[in-house]
Amino acid sequence: MPTNGAPTKITQGSQTKGGIGESTLRPDGTLKVTGEFAYSSDMWHEDMLWGQILRSTVAHAEIVSIDTSEALALPGVYAVMTYDDLPTDVKNYGLEIQDTPVLAHGKVRHHGEPVAIVAADHPETARRAAAKIKVEYRELPVITDEASATAPDAILVHEGRDDLPQSQLRSTGGTPISGHVPHPNIVHRQPIIRGDVASAAERADFVVKGEYTFGMQDQAFLGPESGLAVPDEDGGVQLYVATQWLHSDLRQIAPVLGLPERKVRMTLSGVGGAFGGREDLSMQIHACLLALRTGKPVKIVYNRFESFFGHVHRHPAKLSYEHGATKDGKLTHVKCRIVLDGGAYASASPAVVGNAASLGVGPYVVDDVEVEALALYTNNPPCGAMRGFGAVQACFAYEAQMDKLAKEVGIDPVEFRQLNAMEQGTVMPTGQPVDSPAPVAELLRRVKAMPLPPERQWESSEGADVRQLPGGLSNTTHGEGVVRGVGYAVGIKNVGFSEGFDDYSTARVRMEVVGGEPVATVHTAMAEVGQGGVTVHAQIARTELGVTQVTIHPADTQVGSAGSTSASRQTYVTGGAVKNSCELVREKVLEIGRRKFGSYHPAWATAELLLEGGKVVTDGGEVLADLVDVLEGEAVEVEAEWRHRPTEAFDLRTGQGFGHVQYSFAAHRAVVEVDTELGLVKVIELACAQDVGKALNPLSVVGQIQGGTTQGLGVAVMEEIVVDPKTAKVRNPSFTDYLIPTILDTPTIPVDVLELADDHAPYGLRGVGEAPTLSSTPAVLAAIRNATGLELNRTPVRPEHLTGTA
Amino acid sequence: MRVNFTVNGRPQEADDVWEGESLLYVLRERLGLPGSKNACEQGECGSCTVRLDGVPVCSCLVAAGQVEGREVVTVEGLADFAKQRAEHGGCASGACGTSLQDAQQWAARGTDSQTGEGGELSPVQQAFIDAGAVQCGFCTPGLLVAADEMLERNPNPTDADIREALSGNLCRCTGYETIMDAVRLAAARQGEAV
Amino acid sequence: MDFLRPASWEEALAAKAEHPTAVPIAGGTDVMVEINFDHRRPEYLLDLNRVGDLEEWEVGEESVRLGASVPYTKIMENLRGELPGLALASHTVASPQIRNRGGVGGNLGTASPAGDAHPALLAAGAEVEAESVRGSRLIPIDEFYTGVKRNALAADELIRAVHIKKADGPQQYSKVGTRNAMVIAVCAFGLALHPETRTVRTGIGSAAPTPVRAKAAEEFLNAALEEGGFWDNGKIVTPSVAKQFADLCAAACNPIDDVRGTASYRRHAVGVMARRTLTWTWESYRGTARAAFEKGGAA
Repeated sequence: MPTNGAPTKITQGSQTKGGIGESTLRPDGTLKVTGEFAYSSDMWHEDMLWGQILRSTVAHAEIVSIDTSEALALPGVYAVMTYDDLPTDVKNYGLEIQDTPVLAHGKVRHHGEPVAIVAADHPETARRAAAKIKVEYRELPVITDEASATAPDAILVHEGRDDLPQSQLRSTGGTPISGHVPHPNIVHRQPIIRGDVASAAERADFVVKGEYTFGMQDQAFLGPESGLAVPDEDGGVQLYVATQWLHSDLRQIAPVLGLPERKVRMTLSGVGGAFGGREDLSMQIHACLLALRTGKPVKIVYNRFESFFGHVHRHPAKLSYEHGATKDGKLTHVKCRIVLDGGAYASASPAVVGNAASLGVGPYVVDDVEVEALALYTNNPPCGAMRGFGAVQACFAYEAQMDKLAKEVGIDPVEFRQLNAMEQGTVMPTGQPVDSPAPVAELLRRVKAMPLPPERQWESSEGADVRQLPGGLSNTTHGEGVVRGVGYAVGIKNVGFSEGFDDYSTARVRMEVVGGEPVATVHTAMAEVGQGGVTVHAQIARTELGVTQVTIHPADTQVGSAGSTSASRQTYVTGGAVKNSCELVREKVLEIGRRKFGSYHPAWATAELLLEGGKVVTDGGEVLADLVDVLEGEAVEVEAEWRHRPTEAFDLRTGQGFGHVQYSFAAHRAVVEVDTELGLVKVIELACAQDVGKALNPLSVVGQIQGGTTQGLGVAVMEEIVVDPKTAKVRNPSFTDYLIPTILDTPTIPVDVLELADDHAPYGLRGVGEAPTLSSTPAVLAAIRNATGLELNRTPVRPEHLTGTA
Repeated sequence: MRVNFTVNGRPQEADDVWEGESLLYVLRERLGLPGSKNACEQGECGSCTVRLDGVPVCSCLVAAGQVEGREVVTVEGLADFAKQRAEHGGCASGACGTSLQDAQQWAARGTDSQTGEGGELSPVQQAFIDAGAVQCGFCTPGLLVAADEMLERNPNPTDADIREALSGNLCRCTGYETIMDAVRLAAARQGEAV
Repeated sequence: MDFLRPASWEEALAAKAEHPTAVPIAGGTDVMVEINFDHRRPEYLLDLNRVGDLEEWEVGEESVRLGASVPYTKIMENLRGELPGLALASHTVASPQIRNRGGVGGNLGTASPAGDAHPALLAAGAEVEAESVRGSRLIPIDEFYTGVKRNALAADELIRAVHIKKADGPQQYSKVGTRNAMVIAVCAFGLALHPETRTVRTGIGSAAPTPVRAKAAEEFLNAALEEGGFWDNGKIVTPSVAKQFADLCAAACNPIDDVRGTASYRRHAVGVMARRTLTWTWESYRGTARAAFEKGGAA
């Protein structure tokens, strides 16, 4: 059994430079700093056309008529397509439930829904043509919240639901989702029942209740949705696109085009960030349709305005919690209800519900639990995957509750959390035991032990440096009204796809001699979205195959699926697949070696053999052969699938089940300064401690933690898509009014990385990307509460909430 | 309309330009220079930052017709620009820039980059790679142009100076910490090189 | 769309006379956003970048004649002494990249209540030099803003320069946004002390359909300072005076609820900024004038 910090399962190759555990540099770094890296919006083709999407101007309406004649008559326009022009009977797509129309049919269900598409010779021509399409709407009342969605006379957002989940996709134990929900405007509902809350509540000396609201956050990746579709001579199409999962796109695109999957050839282009926002399709099908219709390459690039309508957002949520504790500070029970607004289409809502429910109590030991999580269908913008995926909303609420309860009980909030912290062996509310390290108390201890930033850092000999004060360059305070606060939070996130999903990846690894050197080539369909998977794959290949030169093949659909770049899973799952394929390659290389050279040295038959530094060596360090000699005239190639241990679906009534493959944990301490009179916040420091199992690339790991932390900061103090409750229309679809943190809003982020190996995972690693996004937000909120004494039960917290002027 | 201007030291001509086109569009779609990025097209992210007659601007907010006869430097020309500045003692203070020799040394250290053999990089470009300041990389070109210009003006910036100078460039991946590291690193190397 | 490229001011005026619907573009920081987002398709774009003297300024005896296209960066770097309020306001404009392009002429031409320069211009006292082929005129800043995104310019007129009174005392500027940089004003406040005339002027941004002065607050404060002999004795402005001034400034607002903030918050924040900027300017005035007070003379 591994002990604290001990690496496991590094079977070989530790001598090879650039292997795992080193902070090697990105293979795409040079291209990215010279401007030569080809992002999806950079694609260009001789004779290409520009696609444009006409989107609904209202949230909920029947389409009375669409007249495209004027648009078609415009010079330079090559095609205008509506629902009626779709080539096959497959007219919908969707990640889990195929409820999203490629183009609106008879009805629009949210503001900005695609109604028609245009291809023209210049983007301005395409825009003018789209503007000439006449759409007549008959508006319907909008469904915007739980009350309007489940009212007895509520209009059904989707009539006649029969959404059997696709068997290859996320499982719900074979039960049709629509069969178990209490109302057709509820996408999915997952209770978790464990123990006996009623009797446990009687043991509670203190009970706190709270109602919390989590605003709609946008992924706001910097590279808007874009891509290029090029028709092929055989009637197929090539698609260059930025996505998180090529094969999932392919499965949804091909049937709509009426093409076999092999005729839709997808290549990953440069991806300008993702964070969940590219898990669903955006312009993929539209570009292909226009390319096939016109016989010309078609490029589509959303601008920022359209991007806000072009992808799903983080579910806004209403959360009600009741926590109880004994007077010695032990949690007795937790009851909660989490209502997520899924918007007009399902996207990943069912899985988000599963996460919110199963992780809704947080990283604590509680035996008696009642959780209900559900997602609604409304006419608000569709919501789906975003970094943290259901666990973020819950963490914001349960951490607020923990502070509230600590105060009631009269125990320091960090100590209170540590008293109730889960550890290895703790049984989750789902009945699943946590079977790898869960250093919740230790992470809190570490983050609390970091030195606090000095007070009044903004004070200098020349007066106040406004850049370091709340309000920043806007010169709102020179120290007046500024109060410091400190807050803590910790969170739990699952890693990988859960609930029985067949979560696998595929890697093709080739080893050969090129230019007198042994070279490994790694080919996967993993979407590199910035996280650094390509860096890590090369490190794994060096470690496993003992070579220096590793080529990362571009990701495409010519190799098996890698699964999604989401759920903090790629280093675990595709990293695992690369490791596995390397091991298989290594065995073949050694076979060749034995065949060629076995007679020269007995160790070929008797010793454990390793590949290191371009040579075959014994575990005693004796060199048996150069890889160049072994591989001379022979190339070894393996393509293999690799899957993590299976999970199972949660029971639809009790939520019991071995639902998650791995958990990850992070804790934050936030130090803020609040201008209490103006309600402006400056986060001074956001310290994080996280267990990563094994840091395959420490530089990348820290980068992930700092990036995730900052997204959590954003939704704490500024980020929110504002939807008008009367019209369900988005009020701020631009970077002028949807604000994300600038470098002046972002504090120093010291990071303490803990490496407690998970025995079940490759190299003992733990998925890194999402956990820091969870606890960052509640830590900032706790610090603001600490500074102001206000209750603050919604995020983002805005100046009006801090000044009583909301 | 037709627009003639200089990009990265070379005269360029763009034809059939629609009057509403931005400099960004002309660079990306007409001149084959997609390094400047189209992240917001409203001056709120800095990804399209270029130097117009030496001044950092958002190229999405410059009408193509406004650059007639003017000089533009984009991220694609940044390495050459920095090299020339170093060779010609570039800035007034004489405290900025880096020697060719040093630039080559730094470039040679980027051995992990598959494509690192080609050209040499400017100090700030190399520092971004070395410090881990590049993740998805979409904000990187704009940040590099802005950071390079700041270091030209202010070779010894405080952290607050760096933050102010880069406050017009959004990054969604890094949380900015490694970007701070990169600019500090570039400034330190620049100092050593004098 | 036609792109007009006058090489001189005279050509620009002629072009505007011939095409009154032409939209002037200088820094492009407003116009290009509208074009990129398909909010506007003007018949003519009138590029002013080639009119070099729009980027120049002259410091006179009484005032600074600031060319309409002088970028905010230049104002921050060069006119901090003469125009401290406007220099502070310039520093709050968007981002370095935008400050390198945008100028006061654009703020005035767009006349958005959220324009950052307006409160500083109102507080300092300014006149807008507008010109057409028919001739030139100076429009007092108090008469310039006529409605939401409307101003006193005639269709054939262009803004050539702004004449801003040189500071004769401390000036301050504050702006509230929900981010620490690169943010549009939720509301903004400018304050200028004018010891020569023993008056105080204010400017409020983003809290009414147009930029406005808080005239009742100014009158109250002018009287209170006079009555207490504050200009001469250099005493600290009493909290009750500061509070009433702040309340009157808040009362001068006529704000709306929008996606950037509530009306109630805007009123509140203007009051806080009024009180703080009064404190800062008055402390500065007392500091610079202290020697004079100690000698028993006026500042």
